[in-house]
Amino acid sequence: MSAIRDRYDLAVIGAGPAGLAAATTAAGLGLDTALFDEQPAPGGQIYRAITETPLGERSVLGEDYWHGTTLVEPFRQSGAQYVPGATVWSVTREGEIGVSVAGAARLLRARHVILATGALERPFPIPGWTLPGVMTCGAAQILLKSSGLVAKGKVVLAGSGPLLWLIAAQYLRAGAEIAALLDTTPAANWTAALPHLPCFLASSYLAKGLTLIREVRRRIPVIGRVMSLAAIGRERVEGVAYRAFGDSERRIPADTLLLHQGVVPNINLSSAIGCAHRWDAAQLCFRPEVDDWGMSSLDGIAIAGDGAGISGALAAEQRGHLAGLDAARRLDKLDEEARDRAAAPHAAALARAERGRRFLDLLYRPAEGFRLPAPETLACRCEEVTARQVLDAIALGVQGPNQLKSFLRCGMGPCQGRLCGLTITELIAKARGLSPDVVGYYRLRPPVKPITLAELAALPHGEAAEKAVVRG
Amino acid sequence: MPFPPRFAAERVICGSAPPLMPSPDVIVIGGGLHGCSAALHLARRGVAVRVLEKDYSGRHASGVNAGGVRRLGRHYAEIPLSVASMELWHRIRDLVDDDCGFESHGQVKVAENETELELLARRVAEVRALGFTHEELIDRQALREVLPAVAEHCTGAIYCRADGAANPYRTTLAFRRAAGRAGADIVEGVRVTAVRREGAGWRVETANGTAHRAAVIVNCAGAWADRVAAGLGESAPIIPSAFMLMISNRLEPFIKPVVGAAGRPLSFKQFANGTVLIGGGYKGTLDRDANWTELDFRGLAESARTVWDLFPAMRGSQIVRAWAGIEARMPDDIPVIGPSATQDGAFHAFGFSGHGFQLGPISGAIIAELVTTGRTNLPIEPFRISRFAAAG
Amino acid sequence: MFRRASEAGARVSLSVDGTPIAASAGDSVAAALLAAGITVCRTTPVSGAPRAPYCMMGICFECLVTIDGVGSRQACLTRVRDGMRVETQQGKREAGR
Repeated sequence: MSAIRDRYDLAVIGAGPAGLAAATTAAGLGLDTALFDEQPAPGGQIYRAITETPLGERSVLGEDYWHGTTLVEPFRQSGAQYVPGATVWSVTREGEIGVSVAGAARLLRARHVILATGALERPFPIPGWTLPGVMTCGAAQILLKSSGLVAKGKVVLAGSGPLLWLIAAQYLRAGAEIAALLDTTPAANWTAALPHLPCFLASSYLAKGLTLIREVRRRIPVIGRVMSLAAIGRERVEGVAYRAFGDSERRIPADTLLLHQGVVPNINLSSAIGCAHRWDAAQLCFRPEVDDWGMSSLDGIAIAGDGAGISGALAAEQRGHLAGLDAARRLDKLDEEARDRAAAPHAAALARAERGRRFLDLLYRPAEGFRLPAPETLACRCEEVTARQVLDAIALGVQGPNQLKSFLRCGMGPCQGRLCGLTITELIAKARGLSPDVVGYYRLRPPVKPITLAELAALPHGEAAEKAVVRG
Repeated sequence: MPFPPRFAAERVICGSAPPLMPSPDVIVIGGGLHGCSAALHLARRGVAVRVLEKDYSGRHASGVNAGGVRRLGRHYAEIPLSVASMELWHRIRDLVDDDCGFESHGQVKVAENETELELLARRVAEVRALGFTHEELIDRQALREVLPAVAEHCTGAIYCRADGAANPYRTTLAFRRAAGRAGADIVEGVRVTAVRREGAGWRVETANGTAHRAAVIVNCAGAWADRVAAGLGESAPIIPSAFMLMISNRLEPFIKPVVGAAGRPLSFKQFANGTVLIGGGYKGTLDRDANWTELDFRGLAESARTVWDLFPAMRGSQIVRAWAGIEARMPDDIPVIGPSATQDGAFHAFGFSGHGFQLGPISGAIIAELVTTGRTNLPIEPFRISRFAAAG
Repeated sequence: MFRRASEAGARVSLSVDGTPIAASAGDSVAAALLAAGITVCRTTPVSGAPRAPYCMMGICFECLVTIDGVGSRQACLTRVRDGMRVETQQGKREAGR
């Protein structure tokens, strides 16, 4: 692997479908490009371990996953520099990037930056959600893809959304014992989603979705309209308590509980840079403001893929190509006309990939009861702050997420609000009768991931530091 | 799961909540620590006071500073104020009904060689000559008793044993709430855009189109105080600054006092929860109008190297977060406190960056005295705003 | 409480709190812990509550362990290596280690 240099035309952050596509396209057009990614191998999360999964039997993970292989070879041929195991902890609006590789931090510059850091699972704050043995469905998928590992013993899946059905099917094909799938999709969502059904029927998601659901329903108990959930256990999860609509509370033993209620954009980096974000009331999350090419509110910073708004892997790939084309135009490798011509097939593919998503968004919109924790449930896992503490502080006059952060330490742990930010904003919004857009979100600053004092101390001296000192 | 919204009985004034008092006597511009302290002391004297804060209390310098509560190392002009303020800190619960996270384990300014120690010795002698005894010189051995984790090469220090640290946001919030309970209106989210004479009093205009009137205004507008001063025809050459801070992961307790260094910028303390706060003189860049600060990692790297040299125990730690607030200092590094030099019924308290947190309790008391009696017992002559007036 | 659904790759040996475990080349440390039946990887610095990997993608910071003497490393982002020494973290990280 060649050494990391001080300057690049383009830095792409994240090696999922958007990042791979963006880097491939841009490098192919002559931009000196580097792709940084935290994982040791390309694919991001959706195509995790695509080049090295031990699960050779294609039918376990399914063909949608294997599509990821079509992204890797073109990237390797593109001439872009691939930097795996790289944690980007800072990006400035001037394109200065702070990155750590193998325990060493450095600063470098890029003329243009494309963030492709993707999505993360929406928090699912139920009682007991911090118990060992409670994980996200995404975590189970990663263990399966990367290491061929399947949960032993009784597995319970709970939540809402296509990924829940996908992991259920993958687990069954891999021989796991699933005790139940507890579906928390509210019945009312069907009514809201119905007007968008025609588009969904015309999309590719329908056939795949129905096949998956049928496969799963045939083989395991599926309980719908679940309205409350709790993980029970002392040192680890031992059972799951739930109540479905019209039924009394039930309890089932479980060794592993897998939770999922959708994914949301990972905004920590885009936020720390200072890009404008807004609340998306349909997807119930904050997302950066971007134009059709992924350009953010800041010149020189673009965002592609699920990190700009949840549209799925195929859409992310196309948005990556579009961002790569735009980067090439901005750095004078293409004129506008050539860019637009090259973009046309990608825009068409994007439209096809996005068809039917609105139906899915509305159908799988998570219930408020699962977005807002009960009083004694932890809202912030890192600092162990309960919903009750948050509400009490709001009543004392601590009115916004940043004030709460200073007052209660919620959001001050190492995850930097990734698992509590949305919960806190929605708790405040509900308590104060305001829209989440008005309430806002944590103010995020670099480093967006912790760096060691040793790494920081070893950063090169700069003249800026000398000028900035005030002896006191 | 049913969600019970909860609101306590306590009245909270924020933005456009309960109705404001009909006609305040005093309008305080800026609802940070100094503004809320002024409001509290004024309200306790029966004055009808309204605070206009453009963001929220503690949004800027007041809420995000290093939280040092020190008399150590003060500019000589500040010492009498600092000593008086420290007495208030040690009774802070009486003042604002909250302990503000104040802990008093002393402050230490460490010398790394003999030359630095000599300078510190000279300083202690001068302070004592002025009649103040809070600074003590301690030798290498005594330093190690107080600060066992400090690096071997340190030769001694100045020690103020009754100094300490508090939680800046919590303190600011406590002052805000206490001022509210004492009868002050604290209005947040309202930015003052102009201050105009209206008869014998003032008309204060805001960005949302409202106007407020009072006989007296107090300028506690921090990094924006020069604009308020300009409206009074006064020069206030503030230097907006974004001093950077960073905080570590939780570590086992290994240090009690707050630490500074004689020869390089450092503010270093460990909280009860185990996290370690590292600050100092390194600055980021800022945009006052966008409420935006940009960190400079090369400067943070210098801070990291200072910590590496002075506290070997920190070498395995992680930096979890960094930030820089928008503050302002004056060119001579002491604040502006006192009446306007050009207008009756106008007062100032700003320019505190690097040395304002500990002075918060007393600055409001001084302002309240000035507003209600026209004078104060504390020596504030060095802080007069007219020292910046253009000559001739 | 995880088992291999496919043949493991080349065998890697590492230790966890002094006890040797076997892992597969390509496993993350977090995956190796789970495959070895280790259900708790740390206790929290706030309350001492037991925690284990939650997201497996570097977001949740629950999988923090000490690896080869360096503390608070995300086990899900670190690949196993022969001879690696992993220690579970109990409560506050001790200064100076």
